[in-house]
Amino acid sequence: MSGSRAAVLGRVKAALGRQPEEEARARARVAAWAATDRGGFVPARGQLTAEDRIGLFIEYARAVQTEVERVSGPAAIPGVVARYLRRHNLPQKLVMAPEPALDEANWSSQPLLRITRGTADDSDQTGLTLATAGVAETGTVLIASGRERPTLLGYLPETCIVVLPTDRVVGAYEQAIALHLEETGDLPRSLNFVTGPSRTGDIAQKLELGAHGPRRLFVVLVDPEGGSSDPSAGG
Amino acid sequence: MQATSLAFETEAKAALANPALQEALGKIKTGWQANRTKAAAALPEFEALRDRGREIKNHTLQHLDLYLEMFEAKVTERGGHVHYARDAAEARAIVLDLCRTAEARAVTKSKSMVAEEIGINEYLEANGIERIETDLGEYIIQLRKERPSHLVGPAAHLTKDQISDTFHEHHHSPRLEDPAALVGEARRVLRQKYFAADVGITGANFLVAETGSFVTVTNEGNAELTQGLPRTHVVITSLEKLVPTMDDAFTLLRLLARSATGQEFSSYTTVMTGPRREGDLDGPESLHIVLVDNGRTKMLGTAFQEMLRCIRCGACMNHCPVYLAAGGHAYGWVYVGPMGSVLTPQFAGIEETYTLPNASTFCGKCEEVCPVRIPLPKLMRHWREVQFERNLTPPTARYGLALWAFFATRPALYRFGTRLAMGLLGLLGKKAGRFRHLPLAGGWTVSRDLPAPSGTTFMAAYKKTRAKVS
Repeated sequence: MSGSRAAVLGRVKAALGRQPEEEARARARVAAWAATDRGGFVPARGQLTAEDRIGLFIEYARAVQTEVERVSGPAAIPGVVARYLRRHNLPQKLVMAPEPALDEANWSSQPLLRITRGTADDSDQTGLTLATAGVAETGTVLIASGRERPTLLGYLPETCIVVLPTDRVVGAYEQAIALHLEETGDLPRSLNFVTGPSRTGDIAQKLELGAHGPRRLFVVLVDPEGGSSDPSAGG
Repeated sequence: MQATSLAFETEAKAALANPALQEALGKIKTGWQANRTKAAAALPEFEALRDRGREIKNHTLQHLDLYLEMFEAKVTERGGHVHYARDAAEARAIVLDLCRTAEARAVTKSKSMVAEEIGINEYLEANGIERIETDLGEYIIQLRKERPSHLVGPAAHLTKDQISDTFHEHHHSPRLEDPAALVGEARRVLRQKYFAADVGITGANFLVAETGSFVTVTNEGNAELTQGLPRTHVVITSLEKLVPTMDDAFTLLRLLARSATGQEFSSYTTVMTGPRREGDLDGPESLHIVLVDNGRTKMLGTAFQEMLRCIRCGACMNHCPVYLAAGGHAYGWVYVGPMGSVLTPQFAGIEETYTLPNASTFCGKCEEVCPVRIPLPKLMRHWREVQFERNLTPPTARYGLALWAFFATRPALYRFGTRLAMGLLGLLGKKAGRFRHLPLAGGWTVSRDLPAPSGTTFMAAYKKTRAKVS
């Protein structure tokens, strides 16, 4: 309905009432706005050293019922995942993002764990994917969609496991997006910022987990092989 | 949709006498209201972010035409479609047309206040399309055939027992008492609906001009399943949701959850840019964004432009003594509480809604907590002026005001009158010290006593003291 487009834009222009000679200045203001440095509006609390950022991430993540465990090296991931599933009495079965980086973990070390690759459907109980970044500010993980990272993995199964390398924990949301753009050069279809498992207060303001999305969110923080690992931060 | 706001007083009275409603409303005080205070205090930059939020929205509105064109170009570049709708009827027609093109029999919908505003729910059903609300609160009120009573918690007016009854009646299952079991049942029922839907309808909290992205915020994860499973995604949203840049969106997002529920961040904040990409394993194949005007451009360039900064957090109602007593339904339309008292006359006409800007004590709490610092009491006062100009004020109030003005502009007469009245009341009330009933003041004395005046006026006492001093 191109008539509507012209009508609405016409109403906006009429209401703003800019004179033709002001047009160039208005466009300059819009260009200047985009170019403004916004560092000043990022809360100071996430702007810490790498180790403190990780500590803050864990603190805020746990405050919203995310379970967090920190391990050293990708080889340790399968064991932690298998143990987590056992602890919650869940089948040793998961659907995993077809992300090549996840192959670095030695999944054959857990022969009982049955893994399919792809996106989730209604029958999948546990999904596992790789985070683009962790945001210390609120204990949030950013999962960027892509060929190797289907989004439904993080929403359909009752249990969502997210692998997050510790060198990807940044201070603020903006820095998480910047990290993604640095590596890929483009915004994905979907940037999913996830802060804790699904919840609702719609029944008399009482907090209940697992409204539509996952009931459980488990973040496996992975230090680089041979890097620092703090066992006291474990789960 | 017809507003029933003129019945505010009757509805508010009924609300006060409804114990279930009062119980439900009481939870807002101890929940969202208290949590917002804590969350704001926990972020040292919160007040500075509010200033910045106001600045972002003001700048966007001042250049709205340029940002709309930028947004549209970027969405189109990404393979999405932008549709402009002048009013509610046009918006409904566009959405129905999109559903028909997708050969939709069923649509899932995540919470969108603009969708409520344009009345899409009844319209789709009247045209033979099944609509399933996926936000739990919205689903509950869909079953009960009610309107949302709150921006963030549409079922905030209901107690757990009422929801138990509703589910028992509609799901033909045993009556569940435990909230966790109720949530589990809704999850099970709705899960099948997601897969059966041909179109997913969501709203948007922000539209990002520089990238053509849009942002949804939920705690349940229902928006992602609503847009992620069907082939077609329709976003129903409005002009003022625009912000210039992604950074601006995140500045406002830092304000949104803290102001709404007192959370540091909602569970799911999703930034979407375009439809499914080549090689993606999921996501909608086609994306349509319906930009609704429906009277917003009439607010631009007027005193009401400030209202277009609203980010729909609900803090104003969570802190409003009138809302917390009367509940949302008394407001008689889609938007409720102080923000509703400003917006509803705009959308539904002041003739049908002039009770709303009067449903305020002007205590100022709403403005105090508004994340983008909208002067809500000032805007309600504007509506009262419009109401008076259009002769909509009830005769008793008009004559009362005229009478008062007659005396107030004649100081000698005014002082004489007040001295007489105070003297008389002082004498009559000397014994009891209070009045249980008083002619012409029944509205006051019906629920409390009027303390008896001392018998003299301030001016008289002042004169006496001054005479003594000199």
